[in-house]
Amino acid sequence: MSNGNGVEPRKHTIAILVENKFGVLSRVAGLFSARGYNIESLSVGETLDPTVSRMTIVVRGDEFVIEQVMKQLHKLIDVVKVSDLTDDSHVQRELVLIRVNAEPQHRNEILRTADIFRAKVIDVTPSSFVLEATGDEGKLEALIELLRPMGIQEIVRTGKVAIARGPKTRARKTEPAQKRPRVPDDPRVVGFAD
Amino acid sequence: MKMSGARMLLECLKREGVDTIFGLPGGAVLPIYDVLYDFEGLRHILVRQEAAAGHAAEGYSRTTGKVGVCLVTSGPAATNLVTALQDALMDSIPIVAFTGQVPTHLIGNDAFQEADNVGITRPATKHNFLVKDGKDLGPIIREAFHLASTGRPGPVHVDLPKDILVKEAELIWPERVHMRSYNPNYDGHPGQIKKAARSIVRAKRPVLYVGGGVISSDAHAELLELAELTQIPVTTTLMGLGAFPSAHPLSLEMLGMHGTYYANMAVHHSDVLLAIGARFDDRVTGRVDAFAPSAEIVHVDIDPSSISKNIKVDVPIVGDCRRVLRALVEAVREELHAEVPQAVREGRKQWQAQIAEWREKFPLRYDWTDDVIKPQYVVQEVSRLTGGEAFMVTGVGQHQMWAAQYYRFKHPRMWCTSGGLGTMGYGLPTAMGVQAAHPGRLVVNVDGDGSFAMNSQELATCFTEHLPVKTVIMNNNGHGMVRQWQRIIYKERYCAIDLPGIPDWVKLAEAYGCVGLRVTRPSEVGPAIEKMLATPAPVVLDVIVDKDECVFPMVPAGGANTDMILVAPTREVREKAAKSQTGF
Repeated sequence: MSNGNGVEPRKHTIAILVENKFGVLSRVAGLFSARGYNIESLSVGETLDPTVSRMTIVVRGDEFVIEQVMKQLHKLIDVVKVSDLTDDSHVQRELVLIRVNAEPQHRNEILRTADIFRAKVIDVTPSSFVLEATGDEGKLEALIELLRPMGIQEIVRTGKVAIARGPKTRARKTEPAQKRPRVPDDPRVVGFAD
Repeated sequence: MKMSGARMLLECLKREGVDTIFGLPGGAVLPIYDVLYDFEGLRHILVRQEAAAGHAAEGYSRTTGKVGVCLVTSGPAATNLVTALQDALMDSIPIVAFTGQVPTHLIGNDAFQEADNVGITRPATKHNFLVKDGKDLGPIIREAFHLASTGRPGPVHVDLPKDILVKEAELIWPERVHMRSYNPNYDGHPGQIKKAARSIVRAKRPVLYVGGGVISSDAHAELLELAELTQIPVTTTLMGLGAFPSAHPLSLEMLGMHGTYYANMAVHHSDVLLAIGARFDDRVTGRVDAFAPSAEIVHVDIDPSSISKNIKVDVPIVGDCRRVLRALVEAVREELHAEVPQAVREGRKQWQAQIAEWREKFPLRYDWTDDVIKPQYVVQEVSRLTGGEAFMVTGVGQHQMWAAQYYRFKHPRMWCTSGGLGTMGYGLPTAMGVQAAHPGRLVVNVDGDGSFAMNSQELATCFTEHLPVKTVIMNNNGHGMVRQWQRIIYKERYCAIDLPGIPDWVKLAEAYGCVGLRVTRPSEVGPAIEKMLATPAPVVLDVIVDKDECVFPMVPAGGANTDMILVAPTREVREKAAKSQTGF
């Protein structure tokens, strides 16, 4: 059913509660590789209940692929709950560490940019900075684009984590979120920090 | 009560109601065999290769409805078992497989006969466990049997490190199994069932398409009731054979790649297709966009991930086939109280006439000769002489399809075949497991010379364990199904298919202490089968059949089901088949 006669492929953010047991990550990862789905990012950590972990997976696909992904995930015995946050009101964040060249003529520029994006400098040498930034995908991509001309040496990302907005009990279905206007190549519109 | 892990394992198996284990010992599981030495109440059947233990457990399970159990050692034994696990996974057969593992402190050290067993079986099982503490063993075995036999059944694997088997621990036996992450849905949604009932009653050209799920949930009686109540014709998948009697006037027999002309035509032209416990496998659907194009599809399945996986479903019903069918019969009865429109009555009459016409036009057929034995005839004779009351097991290949087409099925749970995975060599070990579960009953393994060769060593098990399986080899001196594809689709460029007459199956049978028989002429077939059935020992009947015979009808892979090839094809048909071959 992946012939795409449904909706165009897009990114989905899926939250999974799993038993905090040996091998569970490999079960989830194995499911994706066995069925040919591509994981864009995956992050995992313990929840309030230490016997349960929560995974946030970002995967790309049309509605049929995503329906199968959700069903197959749910079929795994150690999976307690699967929810697709994409069309619900939710916030997502990612943390990135960037090692960037810091030549004398660029140091101020880098610091200003970091300030605008509320990024922190967590390591300094005469020739480089390491910046720490959190945000959603758009913000982090914008930051990286602005730093690229100075020469980025290395990037490490955590993968996304996501949480639904509002109190937990509330019904969360809302109108599809409105896309923010964005022109990727124009530096003037990528400078927001939320 | 404290006891060693090995004793605990056998004790737990007994509590689960296990009476037979198929196994093969080795270093890592020696503590278990040491306890087994004087353990009462468990029959151990020693196989000759580990995959056979798995297949035997499958045969035991499919024909009894209970969970089959096998036990093998670590490393190569576990990897040998993987094929049987995957086979059971694809055909939803509940088995629990135990493997030995090196002691906990050596795991990951590349120790002797070590393999990452749970890593390897993870995608080949419904679920698997590595026991890391003796006190977990009881609860894990409880969960393993629960998982294997409930929901969509399947294989569960438990890996047992040797130190766990040796050390003493407290036996913990939970009375009930509760897993918060595993709650299969058994009752179909009442609203959806009502919707389905309305579609059924108003359908002009309905067809029931029934799979192995009906057998797994023992829903054959409910199916018969629904079919007779509504007069809807029934076609079954390969795994569903036996769920509906072949001789019933409503039976369309098997559909799909080698299904009957009338089953495929009926499904293609249906306006309501009721899929019950079937999963729209590519061997059933052919080209998906040409499958039942004008039908409203109702799909009943216990596994939500089977629904709308290959074919978009209009009325999904997640639940146990038996419970849903029972509710559906009630709902249909209620709908029938209301007036059924005249147009529907007329439509149904025309539909029955149309199906009768298709039946008339292309029944299953083959050309008889007095000189060479036609394999289809052999199956017909087996069917006639056993009266459909024998357990039937097959290997994989042409013979499997002929058995599926020509055997007259009467009862459920009497047919074992490797449907999803297509495991050659499945026949003999599976038949062994069936025989172990049903002493004194007739078990016939219809096999091919290629398929039988893959597990013929199990004749030794048949002999030593007194399992008088009757094997009929359709011997065409080659891999017949491959030959058929090379003939029809690959322009007769025959490659790597010849198995020229070795071994001598009669001598091989005798070497294993079994009885060997051979026939070469059609007139000898009936008497030889009679002799085979009357022999109390395991028998191998070597039937030299027509090498050029092909399985028809045939839908070339990737073709639509209406593109069936019905008789030995002309060059023109072959070229068309080669062109439409987009699948595998």
